[in-house]
Amino acid sequence: MDKFYHSVRLEEELCKGCINCIKRCPTEAIRVRNGKARINSKFCIDCGECIRVCSHHAKKATYDKLDVMRNWKYTVALPAPALYSQYNNLDDVNIVLNALILMGFDDVFEVSAAAELVSEATREYLTLHEDQYPIISTACPTVVRLIRVRFPNLISHLLPLKPPIEVAATIAARRAMEQTGLPREDIGICFISPCPSKVTYAKAPLGTEKSQVDCVLAIKDVYPQLLSHMKAVGEDMLELSTSGKIGVSWGRSGGEAGGLFTENYLAADGIENVIRVLEDLEDQKFTNLKFVELNACNGGCVGGVLNVENPYVAEVKLKRLRKYMPVARSHMENQEHAEEIVPWTERVSYEPVFNLGENMMESFARLNQVERLCRKFPGLDCGSCGAPTCKALAEDIVRGEASENDCVYYLRENLHRLSEEISILADDLHAGGSGGHETLNILKEYIQRISSEMSLLDNKEDEEDG
Amino acid sequence: MEGIVLNYTISPDDFTRAGEASSDVKRKLKQLGVSPEAVRKVAIAMYEGEINMVIHANGGEITVEITPERILMILADSGPGIPDVEKAMQAGYSTAPDEVRSLGFGAGMGLPNMKSYTDDLKIETKLGVGTTITMEVRLE
Ligand SMILES: Nc1ncnc2c1ncn2[C@@H]1O[C@H](COP(=O)(O)OP(=O)(O)OP(=O)(O)O)[C@@H](O)[C@H]1O
Ligand code: SF4
Ligand SMILES: [Mg+2]
Repeated sequence: MDKFYHSVRLEEELCKGCINCIKRCPTEAIRVRNGKARINSKFCIDCGECIRVCSHHAKKATYDKLDVMRNWKYTVALPAPALYSQYNNLDDVNIVLNALILMGFDDVFEVSAAAELVSEATREYLTLHEDQYPIISTACPTVVRLIRVRFPNLISHLLPLKPPIEVAATIAARRAMEQTGLPREDIGICFISPCPSKVTYAKAPLGTEKSQVDCVLAIKDVYPQLLSHMKAVGEDMLELSTSGKIGVSWGRSGGEAGGLFTENYLAADGIENVIRVLEDLEDQKFTNLKFVELNACNGGCVGGVLNVENPYVAEVKLKRLRKYMPVARSHMENQEHAEEIVPWTERVSYEPVFNLGENMMESFARLNQVERLCRKFPGLDCGSCGAPTCKALAEDIVRGEASENDCVYYLRENLHRLSEEISILADDLHAGGSGGHETLNILKEYIQRISSEMSLLDNKEDEEDG
Repeated sequence: MEGIVLNYTISPDDFTRAGEASSDVKRKLKQLGVSPEAVRKVAIAMYEGEINMVIHANGGEITVEITPERILMILADSGPGIPDVEKAMQAGYSTAPDEVRSLGFGAGMGLPNMKSYTDDLKIETKLGVGTTITMEVRLE
């Protein structure tokens, strides 16, 4: 699978070519070219910010439709803890789990149950790897992708354990094969996701060669279906839940760290905050930290862009729900092969996608050129050129992906200069200066250049109308 | 090959902006493909120097020269100067006032870190005139 696969896509017909998304993208991965937004797949980390901010709904996450369930003989639903936080007055997780069965799944396995195993494994990892402090959570795939392209010095701090989604999928698949005797390909493991980031994870995971998740559904698609089935769940419902407070808390920021029984942790949420923390971690501005939990979404996974409920309301609901739960119900010792299921099987390595050139020589020359270009541009960061900042345009230019004339101010100045030169030449002609014929030719050339630059401007306007 | 020269003005007493210059240098070094280890050294050493200029010296000017062989950081201020450089270099020595300590600075680890994360550190200082610190990180 493409190591830069991503699930956030552009719906071309809906895109108006405005600059909302280019301004909000935390890795400056989007440009407007020919009137449409383009996502650079090497820079994109699938955080979903552009989906949140696009008022034309032109940014979409790719995920599977509900009828994908028919592709397998036996299906297991893997609900993310964020799913529970979508419902009002839910006092028993079993209602949601039983409704999933009524909806057509053959079995359910809670991601929060796997999360409790990961919490245990993390606690053990922390005691054995003091030299690697602070250890950075790897549960949010967007954060891992961000570190992979931008924070090479922090890769060695990544917690080398699979995220709960993967651990859940592995256990669920084994259990299904044992219970049904079916081969693996007849079993569909369906994750119910709060975010596009986990869609990407399922297709192109980091830390594992291949994910055991076979399809990913969006919480917002499952939510309404489930609502009607929940009403049909009666007193006689099955006890399907196998997780407690620790597992369910993973759905919100601070939940993962809370399961580690240490106070020396930091938990940050929201992609901009995450970046600030990573910058500071890289500069070693924190001391005495054991663990760093980072979630790309505001509030944690309850803030994922495929949820229905407002993240902060969802967080309150999650807190209420967990109140009467036991601390934890899933344990490594009860899980067969836990030691081999949980750790990473592949290392993550640095992808220097932001390098300006192919080699250091070229990068030096290009950075110098960027500095010179930046001095030429007005520094307004207006976005009219399709790049988020003047500096980003300069970087695009040196990479050969844009031109100086994409800057409307630069173009305007160019036109001014040309017309001034014309008037000097005309004065010269008028005064009967020498080489009249030659001056006339130069004059013609200037006029042609002006009109071709004017037509560039017209193109720009077309793009904006179109 | 043409080297790269970057200039920064550090404003005094503005903690919210301290670190901007070192972040910018860090970003550019990554764009150049400088080794992560060297980026880390420069970022840590320069941030310490930058914050010292804010806390102890009413700001100043930083010049960073980058060539494929080395990164040179020159931090010049017109602050009070350092009366006893040897003492200042000791781990744990600090004259940071209480209000700065409450922000988490003042452990007296800045200069020792600047020394240990760079390949060369030179301090020129004159009381009442100012301090110029030159640091070098060599590249492969
Ligand atoms: N640019 C400077 N101008 C004047 N005095 C300085 C300057 N830099 C450092 N000093 C003096 O040297 C002392 C030690 O500096 P150092 O950076 O090691 O520690 P600190 O800044 O006090 O605390 P920390 O860096 O751990 O937050 C400072 O307390 C200050 O008295
Ligand atoms: S914080 Fe959670 S919901 Fe948001 S991108 Fe990361 S894993 Fe997905
Ligand atoms: Mg200091």
